[in-house]
Amino acid sequence: MDIVVLIKQVPSTANTRMDPETGVMIRDASETVLNPLDEHAITEAARIKGRFPGSTVTAITMGPPAARRVLLEACARGADRGILLSHKAFGGSDTLATSRVLAATIRKTGGFDLILAGEKATDGETGQTGPMTAAFLNLPVVTFVNRLDVEGDSIVARRIVEEGEEEVLVRLPALVTVVRDINNPPLPTVRQYVIAKKIIFPVWGPQDIGMEEADAGLKGSATRVAKIFSPRLSRNTTYMEAGNEAKMAAAATAILEVLKGRDLMKKGEGHGN
Amino acid sequence: MEIKGNIMVLAEVRSGNVHSVTYEMIAWGRRLAEKTDVLVDCLVLGTGEGDFEELIRGGADRVLVVSPGMPDSRLATPAASLLVSAIRGERPDIVIAPATTYGRTIMPIAAARLGTGLTADCTDLDIDPKDSLLMQTRPAIGGNIMATIKTPRTRPQMATVRPRSIKPLPADTGRRGEVVRKDYSLEGEWQERFISFIRSEEGDANLESAEIVLTGGKGIKSRDNFKQLAELAGLMGAGLGATRDAVEAGWAPFSCQVGLTGKTVAPKVYIAAGVSGKIQHLAGMITSDYIVAINEDPKAQIFKVADLGIIGDAPMAVQELTRAFKSHSEKGEGA
Ligand SMILES: Cc1cc2nc3c(=O)[nH]c(=O)nc-3n(C[C@H](O)[C@H](O)[C@H](O)COP(=O)(O)OP(=O)(O)OC[C@H]3O[C@@H](n4cnc5c(N)ncnc54)[C@H](O)[C@@H]3O)c2cc1C
Repeated sequence: MDIVVLIKQVPSTANTRMDPETGVMIRDASETVLNPLDEHAITEAARIKGRFPGSTVTAITMGPPAARRVLLEACARGADRGILLSHKAFGGSDTLATSRVLAATIRKTGGFDLILAGEKATDGETGQTGPMTAAFLNLPVVTFVNRLDVEGDSIVARRIVEEGEEEVLVRLPALVTVVRDINNPPLPTVRQYVIAKKIIFPVWGPQDIGMEEADAGLKGSATRVAKIFSPRLSRNTTYMEAGNEAKMAAAATAILEVLKGRDLMKKGEGHGN
Repeated sequence: MEIKGNIMVLAEVRSGNVHSVTYEMIAWGRRLAEKTDVLVDCLVLGTGEGDFEELIRGGADRVLVVSPGMPDSRLATPAASLLVSAIRGERPDIVIAPATTYGRTIMPIAAARLGTGLTADCTDLDIDPKDSLLMQTRPAIGGNIMATIKTPRTRPQMATVRPRSIKPLPADTGRRGEVVRKDYSLEGEWQERFISFIRSEEGDANLESAEIVLTGGKGIKSRDNFKQLAELAGLMGAGLGATRDAVEAGWAPFSCQVGLTGKTVAPKVYIAAGVSGKIQHLAGMITSDYIVAINEDPKAQIFKVADLGIIGDAPMAVQELTRAFKSHSEKGEGA
């Protein structure tokens, strides 16, 4: 099995604060991490590799030069090699342009059976890059997967959807996006990092993947951010002071009245769950 | 003069039935159509059965039913392929779909095939009066800010829209429209087979459809107190919600998490106990009809979005509410 894992460097959420005046997130740009769901994707790739000796795992990321750190982490977590897509022509890519770049890279490297990705990244939260990349490669995609089994030339994937779980059988090659229930990524050991540090990551630009510069980056993007603003919050709040039990009992009565007024008070039946 | 394309709304089909979230999408379509003077077409893929007239009463002008031998609407490749054929055939200006696992899977495939832009998980849509472009607004950077996104050059303009970001329109029995059968064909083959669907036993589907949601945050203080909150939710017939911090403390499962990275709810009454009201939490509940907040800190941000703000101890509120509910049901009072 030759597996590709698509990964992304994202800002660390632990280091974000909100500006109390403007409500805008302040973050230290140097604090970045591997997108949490991508850890699960790599762990899954490593697990499959363990089952099928001779498998390879290639991590691919598009980002600034510093994004090689997430390739290093991917290799410590079980990838064999990594490719860094970094070039000024890639800057400002929306999900469409990003997917085009990733698809061109996968086409260029060729000969893979399975592509894994995190369902979404914590920064953009779109969840679009996986399915779009699959579409550019003309491959089937299974999203929101929380269990994956390789069976012969196919996979059986279990997806978590709104009202339950569904299972689909897909012939390989295919692209799968994973959610966090799929596995528990172990922390890489120091030894794994030492080995990973010896791996050299090629840095590719548009020429290396046979792409026109105009198809990537801002030029290749179909969407534009027109404006950014702080969400406005406001309702006319009625306040009740409830500093002691008697006052809290009055507040509880007020809540009951709210429910009654909306026809939401159930009769004396038991509500088990 | 250029002929303006219609607004296409993708119906959510689950297990062969049109799901209610479709009516919310139609309501968005209507709101946009009022500003652009075009038709709202509701596209139904993967089922030929259903009360399609109801979609017209819900606000659609036309219902386009595409139902050739598609094996199952849950398979992404054939569903996306039909969507692409329908878009090529109808040439809509705007395509919107619910930001569900269904919409969030097939819309990106279709957008990539069509080479057009797609904005994920919008919470607001509007038409810019200046350039007539669709303004697609969504939370960005962890929900701390909102971004309005446009698709200026390519068509259609595509967006997935968060469920419960709008109320469905009341059914208008006088509305007239057309149900049109379309036989767009499936291009190519697909390598997917549907195996099974297992409906979850857990009540978390209930959380999203509950009329009352009772949510606890770190201000609930302990696992034991949170258990009492859960019992109270049962007593009230409310869905149980939790903040991310409460989930991380192990007081509630992730399936209870309300917010940006959890579920979005819009019940008739939302009760937040010991919740600070960080923007990522608000993202999941701000469209609730009526919001009650219980917090000991009068400056807590949750009060900014509350209709009723109770300044006091959250565990004590749980106790008092439990007492009030018990005495209410013992008295056997009805609604
Ligand atoms: C990318 C990202 C995604 C996120 N997604 C989500 C999400 O989906 N859902 C979510 O909820 N959060 C999410 N968060 C986390 C969010 O920012 C907050 O940290 C979280 O909502 C806070 O939870 P809390 O209100 O329970 O805790 P806190 O912020 O610690 O607030 C506790 C509140 O309880 C009050 N309190 C304390 N003691 C008492 C008492 N005895 N009685 C009454 N009140 C008391 C305090 O005054 C305080 O207001 C996300 C964050 C990021 C960065």
